[in-house]
Amino acid sequence: MFRILSKEFLCPTVARFEIEAPLIARKAQPGQFVILRIDERGERIPLTLNDWSPERGTITLVALEAGATTRRLNSLKAGDHLADVVGPLGRPAEIGRYGTVACVGGGVGIACIYPEVRAFKAAGNRVISIIGARTKELLIFEEEIRRFSDELHVTTDDGSYARKGFVSDVLRELLEKGRKIDLVVAVGPVPMMKAVAEVTRPHGVKTVVSLNPIMVDGTGMCGCCRVEVGGKTRFACVDGPEFDAHQVDFDLLAARNRRYLEEERIALERLKGGR
Amino acid sequence: MAAKIVPRKYPMPEQDPKVRIRNFNEVPLGQDPETVKLEAARCLRCKPAKGKTVPPCVEGCPVGVDIPGFLALAREGRFEEAIALIKEKNALPAICGRVCPYENQCEGACTLGKKYEPVGIGRVERFLADWERARGFRVPPRPAPTGKRVAVVGSGPAGLTAAADLARRGHAVTIFEALHAPGGVLVYGIPEFRLPKEIVRAEVEYVKSLGVEVKVDVVVGKTVTLEELRREYDAVFVATGAGLPNFMRIPGENLNGIYSANEFLTRTNLMKAYLFPEYDTPTKVGRRVATIGAGNVAMDCARTALRLGAEESYIIYRRSRAEMPARREEIQRAEEEGVKFLLLTLPKRYLGDEKGWVREVECVRMQLGEPDESGRRRPVEIPGSEFRIQVDTVVVAIGQSPNPLVPATTPGLKTSRWGTILVDEEGRTSLEGVWAGGDITTGEATVILAMGAGKRAAASIHEYLSGKPWPRDWRPVNG
Repeated sequence: MFRILSKEFLCPTVARFEIEAPLIARKAQPGQFVILRIDERGERIPLTLNDWSPERGTITLVALEAGATTRRLNSLKAGDHLADVVGPLGRPAEIGRYGTVACVGGGVGIACIYPEVRAFKAAGNRVISIIGARTKELLIFEEEIRRFSDELHVTTDDGSYARKGFVSDVLRELLEKGRKIDLVVAVGPVPMMKAVAEVTRPHGVKTVVSLNPIMVDGTGMCGCCRVEVGGKTRFACVDGPEFDAHQVDFDLLAARNRRYLEEERIALERLKGGR
Repeated sequence: MAAKIVPRKYPMPEQDPKVRIRNFNEVPLGQDPETVKLEAARCLRCKPAKGKTVPPCVEGCPVGVDIPGFLALAREGRFEEAIALIKEKNALPAICGRVCPYENQCEGACTLGKKYEPVGIGRVERFLADWERARGFRVPPRPAPTGKRVAVVGSGPAGLTAAADLARRGHAVTIFEALHAPGGVLVYGIPEFRLPKEIVRAEVEYVKSLGVEVKVDVVVGKTVTLEELRREYDAVFVATGAGLPNFMRIPGENLNGIYSANEFLTRTNLMKAYLFPEYDTPTKVGRRVATIGAGNVAMDCARTALRLGAEESYIIYRRSRAEMPARREEIQRAEEEGVKFLLLTLPKRYLGDEKGWVREVECVRMQLGEPDESGRRRPVEIPGSEFRIQVDTVVVAIGQSPNPLVPATTPGLKTSRWGTILVDEEGRTSLEGVWAGGDITTGEATVILAMGAGKRAAASIHEYLSGKPWPRDWRPVNG
């Protein structure tokens, strides 16, 4: 059992949890994820690590309420326990000194890009962060990201805060203005990551995305999370989750992520009906 | 007075195929005590053959259970002593009594079987284990602690067996399991209708009662490294299994509705998808399910598909009936349940709809040519014989490769070109103090062979912990 030490809503649909998990905290690196299960009947879901503290023996996770499991997760409180948290899984991000790194986060992906922003800055890069959300109230981690960024751009889809538009629009402008960017790292919804890949492709800028397929075990055992990268089948849980954005088949990923929409609806309705 | 020979095994009642394909309950229903006594009495009590130390059935048992001994006790109704005798060698008898391929092992070697049906050794073992479990285990007294600590990586059949043997010798054993429940393939792979998870849970509890600690949710290679375990423990046994699913790498294999056998079975068995939405993990099969492959795992998938509601369940296999690797018993049960066998058939590609779901599998018919290196006749495509089958779900059950997590994160741990960890005849790896066994050293095999490997490694570990030096000239035997 893994105890929740603290929990707070960052916005009405996104919650942050600090969880006691000393073994994971000791090993965690940017770009890695955990798999958690709320209780005996729960499903196993992957969540990217938002933060960790080996000293406190804790990890921090951020969850967007998207289906029944995340809705239940976000209803838990400090002092509650999760049945299982396992990790850190996946290959760590390749943090190094590239020069100028653009870190792009969309929606709850901002929570995932945060440890990379921090790590790229610490590794001596000039960090340009570009974060965006659908609307003002869903924008999270702005101040934390600002602290570790040399330059921060913020967008909202509806223009309710900062610049109206998409993160990919900002990135396109920077590249078209001739800004030298050596690496782009993007985490967010599939259409956003695909848009970023298309923006950087003509400029030949190395671009890495963190994929979010459905997973079961997270250790390479089941192949549920298979994605196509450069025409080859890869398991995101052990070969990724980060891959060369210009090689990823995003349409396949989007289709595979819709496999259980009907079941997700059934589960959510059942939960709302009081399980 | 010579007893009259009973030529056939006493039958064990089974669920009717029409009924059982609507539930996940166990297919064989077990036997009553009187029938078991009669079955045990069929044993001829053979002496060891000349030059041998044990009778043929014991020689056929990978963990060396005293079979004539427990049968003699069982025929007299001395069930408690009989199960105690089995457990001296085998900590998991209720599991072995269900999933062992006896026909190739103890029963395959049974003298009676030369002319008649062999003694039903497996079903007597199964009865005894169930009989004891219903009464509650008697935990053997614990030996004095040796002060030595052993880490076991993986809680499948090899890991559990090694852990039990080492604990009984007084060593402090900790098992590290990556999943949230112990049992490895026994819980994620083998379906409930062949091996109820309650039985696995009970046998794991027995192993724990010997003093073994089980830590779940620890991925060795990620959460902790093998090197850290080596520093913290006096010996390490790696039994991580063959958990990397193979795919055919044909067009369309990543369409929605195409599962690896591991995913399909893990969702159903470990995550209990057949109880969705009461349990959160879903799975879906639609009307027509095709399972690719003809091993035991493929039979499990094809039969699971029926229980999940499929109207048609096919096995697609590129060779003929004679080459099917599954146990005869499993093939027969699948046939009784209405699984259709498309033999000498090879999938070439999958075709999907506009939403990315598999709709058809295009196959080609095969014929058998000259024998290949495995001794089986090589299947050859018949040109122009392509045809398509409509499917809603496909399960790829063509085998697994060794799990690479531990070797990939452990410098100096030598592997073969197939990714199996190299070991010598005692299960010792290229790193001092580290043993390996089960599917991670052999590739995909059986529960009982993994248990045998666990047993051999435990004996070797015990000798090492008792002062036997690590060999200077380590020579792998599975390269």
